[in-house]
Amino acid sequence: MVRILDERRQQVYRKGQGSFNMTCEKKSLAGAVSQRACVFCGSRVVLYPIADALHLVHGPIGCAAYTWDIRGALSSGPQLHRLSFSTDLREMDVIQGGEKKLYNSLVELIDEYQPKAAFVYATCIVGLIGDDVDAICRKVSSEKNITVLPVHSEGFCGSKKEGYRAACDALYKLVGTAPADGVSRHSINIMGDFNLAGEIWLIREYYNRMGVEVVANITGDGRVADIRRMHAASLNVVQCSGSIIHLARKLEEKYGRPYIRVSYFGIEDMAKALYDVAEFFDDPVMMEKAEQIVRSEVAAIMPEIRRYRKDLVGRKAAVYVGGAFKAFSLVRALRLLGMRTVLVGSQTGNQDDYRQLRDMCDAGTIIVDDSNPLELCGFLKEKGCDIFIGGVKERPIAYKLGLGFCDHNHERKQALAGFTGMLNFAREVYATVTSPVWQFVRRPQPAQENKK
Amino acid sequence: MLLRHTSSEVQQRGALTINPAKTCQPIGAMYAALGIHGCMPHSHGSQGCCAYHRSALTRHYKEPAMATTSSFTEGASVFGGQANLVAAINNIFTIYNPDIIAVHTTCLSETIGDDIPQIIQRAESDGKIPEGKLLIHCNTPSYVGSHVTGFANMVKSMVTYFSESGSGKKLNQVNIIPGWVEPADMREIKRLCGEMGVKTVIFPDTSGVLDVAMTGKAEHFPKGGVTVEALKTTGDSKATIALGEVTSGPAAKALDVKCNVPCEILDLPIGLAATDRFIDTLRKILHIEVPETVTEQRGRLLDMIMDTQQYTYKKRVALWGDPDQLVALAEFLVLLDMEPVYIVTGTPGKNFLKRIEKVIGNCAFKAEVKAGAGADMYLMHQWIKNEKVDLLIGNTYGKYISRDEDIPLVRFGFPIFDRVGHQYFPTVGYRGGMRLLEMILNVLLDRQDRDCPEESFELVM
Repeated sequence: MVRILDERRQQVYRKGQGSFNMTCEKKSLAGAVSQRACVFCGSRVVLYPIADALHLVHGPIGCAAYTWDIRGALSSGPQLHRLSFSTDLREMDVIQGGEKKLYNSLVELIDEYQPKAAFVYATCIVGLIGDDVDAICRKVSSEKNITVLPVHSEGFCGSKKEGYRAACDALYKLVGTAPADGVSRHSINIMGDFNLAGEIWLIREYYNRMGVEVVANITGDGRVADIRRMHAASLNVVQCSGSIIHLARKLEEKYGRPYIRVSYFGIEDMAKALYDVAEFFDDPVMMEKAEQIVRSEVAAIMPEIRRYRKDLVGRKAAVYVGGAFKAFSLVRALRLLGMRTVLVGSQTGNQDDYRQLRDMCDAGTIIVDDSNPLELCGFLKEKGCDIFIGGVKERPIAYKLGLGFCDHNHERKQALAGFTGMLNFAREVYATVTSPVWQFVRRPQPAQENKK
Repeated sequence: MLLRHTSSEVQQRGALTINPAKTCQPIGAMYAALGIHGCMPHSHGSQGCCAYHRSALTRHYKEPAMATTSSFTEGASVFGGQANLVAAINNIFTIYNPDIIAVHTTCLSETIGDDIPQIIQRAESDGKIPEGKLLIHCNTPSYVGSHVTGFANMVKSMVTYFSESGSGKKLNQVNIIPGWVEPADMREIKRLCGEMGVKTVIFPDTSGVLDVAMTGKAEHFPKGGVTVEALKTTGDSKATIALGEVTSGPAAKALDVKCNVPCEILDLPIGLAATDRFIDTLRKILHIEVPETVTEQRGRLLDMIMDTQQYTYKKRVALWGDPDQLVALAEFLVLLDMEPVYIVTGTPGKNFLKRIEKVIGNCAFKAEVKAGAGADMYLMHQWIKNEKVDLLIGNTYGKYISRDEDIPLVRFGFPIFDRVGHQYFPTVGYRGGMRLLEMILNVLLDRQDRDCPEESFELVM
């Protein structure tokens, strides 16, 4: 049986066993090998894909070094976001304050690169030494005539979630700073997609084919000028809701622009993301086009997917991802491949998310919040999986246990969103699950109770 | 052109680092701590630090890197992190059950002023440290030194906490502090010493921890790593050989002061001459003869250098990375008749420039060398834009320059996120020298094959 810290018992639920009362959104336990990151990390991942902005990390070197171009958020134009800028605070700065250094760095960078806007990330230490980041940003803003936005992302102020919020707050300051004219009534913003492996390009194309104008990508392949006028779009289409929902709500409040939540992973969810938009605009022609897209795209990928399915039917998968919304889609996508999800978890899900997961999963499935390698290993062994789907920290766990693995996080190398992405996903799952290497590996056998 | 924004005009920058050639201390402490058997590295700071370090180590080694965090919150940063650390210690021993916890600090906990030894005492008096379990710590504020100094600090702590001169009698063994090198390098150093018939204690030792063989069992604490028992005996060793002044020097000196173990501080044994010095030091300390097999390995490297000298002659090389690696590598390149013309390390330290000067000072070519503030990959790129080189040697972060300027890159150092091999094949010792030379030659010859006119495309090279 897997050892679970007493304090974490309520963060694990086995479907069909006992009543559902999952605790989540808890602070990670001190001393856990948590798979979670910090506020800064959350802000950085949301904002960094804005390719024509300057991203200056105000703090010691590590925060900038570890987030240097690690996420593969592609840009079709400028590549400024892929460089790493840091004030590299040193001991004397910690004693005497880093404001001067921040000011000088900003001025030098703006002169050199002429960015469209600048984001300044305040890291842990900045919060402690009390640099007035806001004041410096204001000063440089007025001197250089460019928007310089502070992002209050001191790492200790919470987990990634709080970082998302700080990023949204910064983004919101840009919104509405450019005129909204010339935008079609049938217009949307794509929110919460970061264009990993070019995914937003796929999605944009589907919407364009439906006759929908995409005003801004938030934030994959993002541009400052688009964000400034994003309030003009009639609808906000929100994926990865954890990261960006805060901004969507603000847009609704201030500009009366509603939002819908979607997911682009898997055939069902992708199709629904198109239908929901067409339905919102209440336009039969648009709906017709959406249906056509779904029909032709699905027809194009299904024959190959069916081939993979033959070998994947009945195989067992485990899923551990950042946001719960992605987990829903993965459970469905795996089902399309004939696979069963026997373990599913997220770093940041809430009660509703986990309840929804419970409803969609089979009996016996383990649902887990903010897990750690030890628990995950235990659950994987207990369930006897064929594949683990997760991120960088989950990959070696899978391989150590002799399981297949698919990176559904920063390190995906192919688009996994959209219809094309579903096919890529099927290929990846198939390739790893059926790899000849596993014949040399003795996998842990599932525990007795599951053999029945 | 991913680096299209780089201008060729080198200007004095007041404050700014662009594309760093270093990272912060804690990750070095974490890596070093993983080289102790049964050890859980613990990051006393925000969650993100630990997550970033683990991800970076995992990307480099393709292995799980276990470490825990104090998960600081706003409260902890106001009232101090004592409660978090004590709770963490309790949880770690309860659930992961390591033999030892190695705590390192972060910029956050350092600035708050957490007194780790006092907190450890508190945990002890509160009965949070089970019988027989151990705790060590080192201070690694992120705004001092670099990842390299963090490594050095944790290694020094191993001495401070464990080394004893108990028996008063010297054991017939030598301490070897290998510096921040790959698991494969530590393995190779052990192998070489074994071949020399020398009994050693190597610390830290990440072989068997971050290059674990596939067994189908996931061990949270793999069988590798130096044991605490072995560390305790280091005070009774005949001598200490510290490889790398920056990474290993402080621990070796501390051991000398604490237990009166004489130390020799050498360069990392990268390349022929530095390996010679390492082998010779072992020979002198232990009054042994160098076995034929080792002499033969040396001969093979020498032979390979001779066979290929025409291809390395006067090739201009740019290198970046960590001080100890760069000094030894530059010396090796000079021996190959190559010209290490640009050298950059983000790790601050005046002595580095002197050490490099010693290696290349008498050479005919002119070199640009920079360490510390402003020494980053942006500066390196600017130098290269002004006058090109034939070869780049350094970590993965050089791939942007390699692509934009169309210059071949040999991956060497930390981190390497985009290739494999560095974990498994050493670059130290004579055999490691052969591998380095092989990598260098292969990219140079590939380049020649690609670029030469059709009529001079050669079958035999």
